[in-house]
Amino acid sequence: MTGNIPPAALLILGALLVPFFKGKAKSSYVVLLPAATFFLIFQLAPGSSWQMHFFGFDITLLRVDKLSKVFGYIFTLNAFAAFIYAFYLKDSTQHMAALFYIGCSLGVVFAGDLVSLYFFWEGMAVASTFLILARKTEKAQAAGMRYILVHVFGGLCLLAGIVLFITETGSVAFNGMVDRNWGTYLILIGFLINAAAPPFSAWLPDAYPEATVTGGVILSAYTTKTAVYTLVRGFPGWELLIWIGCIMTIYGIIYALLENDARRILAYSIINQVGFMVTGVGIGTMMSLNGTVAHAFCHIIYKALLWMSAGSVLHMTGKSKCTDLGGLYKTMPWTLAFGAVGALAISAFPATSGFTSKSLIIDGAIHEHLAWAWLVLEIASAGVFLHAGIKFPYFVFFAKDKGLRPGETNKSMLFAMAFLSFLCLFLGVYPQPLYNILPFPVHYNAYTFVHVVSQLQLLMFSALVFFLLLPLLKRTETIAIDTDWFYRKGGRLFYKIMDLSLNGINRYSDRIFVKGFAGFLARFSKDGIARLALLPFVTYWYLKGIRYKRLEIKKESLYYNIERGVIPAGIGAGMAALFLVIIFLLNV
Amino acid sequence: MKPKKEFDFFDRPETIRKLWILLYVFCGLTVIPDFFTQRDAHFGFDGFFGFYALLGFIACVVLILFSKLVGLFLKVKEEYYDR
Repeated sequence: MTGNIPPAALLILGALLVPFFKGKAKSSYVVLLPAATFFLIFQLAPGSSWQMHFFGFDITLLRVDKLSKVFGYIFTLNAFAAFIYAFYLKDSTQHMAALFYIGCSLGVVFAGDLVSLYFFWEGMAVASTFLILARKTEKAQAAGMRYILVHVFGGLCLLAGIVLFITETGSVAFNGMVDRNWGTYLILIGFLINAAAPPFSAWLPDAYPEATVTGGVILSAYTTKTAVYTLVRGFPGWELLIWIGCIMTIYGIIYALLENDARRILAYSIINQVGFMVTGVGIGTMMSLNGTVAHAFCHIIYKALLWMSAGSVLHMTGKSKCTDLGGLYKTMPWTLAFGAVGALAISAFPATSGFTSKSLIIDGAIHEHLAWAWLVLEIASAGVFLHAGIKFPYFVFFAKDKGLRPGETNKSMLFAMAFLSFLCLFLGVYPQPLYNILPFPVHYNAYTFVHVVSQLQLLMFSALVFFLLLPLLKRTETIAIDTDWFYRKGGRLFYKIMDLSLNGINRYSDRIFVKGFAGFLARFSKDGIARLALLPFVTYWYLKGIRYKRLEIKKESLYYNIERGVIPAGIGAGMAALFLVIIFLLNV
Repeated sequence: MKPKKEFDFFDRPETIRKLWILLYVFCGLTVIPDFFTQRDAHFGFDGFFGFYALLGFIACVVLILFSKLVGLFLKVKEEYYDR
C-alpha cells in the first residue's frame, strides 16, 4: 500500500526529475510515471480523502469515489499510451509540460473543493500552452498566445463564480450545484469554456492543430474531459446543457465538413463528441451520466488514436492538409489500419467502444422521452461517420495519390496505436469491465439485434451519401471563419476603430487647441491690450466727429504708444484694470 | 531489372467498381432484417420500415448541403488571418 497520496503529486513532482534523465532512460521514465500513477489510483479506496487547512478553508486534495477514479484511470492510461507514442521524443520541455498538465488534470479530478480545483485548473492552462509553443513556428506562437488568453478569461469567470459561491454558501466544497445564481452560472461558464462549448469553442480548433505531433495527442484528452468531469460532478440535470450539447454535436460536424486540415477536422470532432457528453450531463439520469462517463472514457482512447494516426502522417510527411495528402495506404498501411479502428470507434460502429458507450447517452434520452434531443443525437451520430469516420481516413490515405511515399512511421508510434486500437475493440466487444467502474450500477446491453441493425442502417446509408456526394466534398485550400474571428480580425478592427477615433480626437485637439487657441492667445498677449485700448478710444473719437485720415493717425499713434509702453500712467492703469476685468469675466 | 510493382489495389478502376457494388449490397443487407423484426417506436414516428436507413440518408444529405451553404459565407483563403 502506498497510502493516500494525491495522484497529481506523483506526476507533478515526477515532472521535475525529467531533465535528469538522458536518452532512452528519459523516455522510459515518462512512460513509467503514468503507469505508476495508474496503480496508485487503483489502490485508492473509495471514501478516502486527504484534507488540510489553508487560509481558513478546508482544502480537500484527495476525494476518492467511483467518478474520480474512472477519470483517474483513463487519464493515466492515455498518458501511458501517449508517452509510448512519444518515445522517440527527447525534448524535456515537452515531457515536463505534458506531465505537469496531466498531473494538474488529475488534481482537478481528485479535488474535493473549489479552491484547489481552481489552482489545478489554471495549472492545466499554463502547462498545456507549452505543448503548443513547442512547435516553434510563428503560427504556433500566435495560436498559443490566443489559447492562453481565452483560458485566462475562462479562469477569471470560474474564479469570480467561486468567490460568489463561497460568499453565498460559506462552503468551498465542490458537489452538485443546486442554486441557480450568478455564482453558479459563472462557474458553469468557466467549465463550458474548457469544454469548448460555442461560442467559446474556437480556441480548440485554433490551437490544437498548431501543437506538436505528440502535443496534439496529449491535448486532445485532458482539457475538454476534465471539463466534462466537472460538469458531471457539479451540474448534472441542468437541462440547459442538453441544448448546449446538441448544438455542439451539430456545430462540430458542420465545421469538420468545411475543414481541409486533417488535425483541424479531428479538433472539430472533439467538440462534436464532447457535445454528446454534455447532453448526457444535461439529461442527468443515472443512465445518461453513466453514458457520459463511459463515452468520455472511450472517446479519450479513440480520439488519441486518431490524433496519433494524423500525427504519424504529419511526422512522416510534414503535411496535414487533405489537399496535400492522399494515397498513403500504399506506404503507411499500419497507420491507416489503426486510424481506421479509431475512425470506426468514433462512429460508434458495432464491435467498437463508441457503440457500447454512446448508446447509453442516446438511450438515456429515449428513457426521458426527449424526442428532439434524441433526434439531434442520432443525426449527429450519422454525421460523425461522415466527417471523422470516412472523411479523415479517405482524404488522407486514399482519394487522389499525391505521390507521397513516406514509408511507415516509427515502431513506438505504431505500438502505441496498436495498444489503443486493442482497447477500442476490446471495450466494444466486452464493455463489462468499463461498466463495472462507472459511477452508477449498469444494467445495459448494447447488443440487441434491433439496436445493431438500426445502427448499421444509419452508418451504411451515411457512407452511401458520402460517396454519392463526394464531388460536393472536394477539398479546397481554405479555412472556415469561426468565433475566433472576433478576437483575431475583430481585435484588429477594434484597434483600427480606436486608432481612427482616439487619434482623430488628437488631431482635432491639435488643430483647435494647439494651433488655433494657442495662436490666438499668443496674438492676444502680444497686442491684446493695445487692441482693447483702441476700442473705447476709437468710439470716443468717432463720437467726437473725428473721421478718416485723422482717425487713422490717432489710432496708429495710440497703438504705437501702448506697444512701447509710452502712455500716461493713468491711461496705462486704466487699460490694465480693464484687461483684468475681462480676464475675470472670462474666468467666471 | 524491373522495379517491384507498387501495391495500388485501391487505385484500380475495377476495384473501385467492386467497392461500389459492395457498398450497395451492404446497404441493402442492413434493411432486410426490417422485414422480419418489429422495431419499438419510442416516439411514435420512428418504428417504420427502414427508419434508420432513411434517417442516416436524409441527415447526411442535409448536413452536407447545409455545410456547403454556410461554406459560401465562412470559407476564406488560408492566409486570411495573416493579412
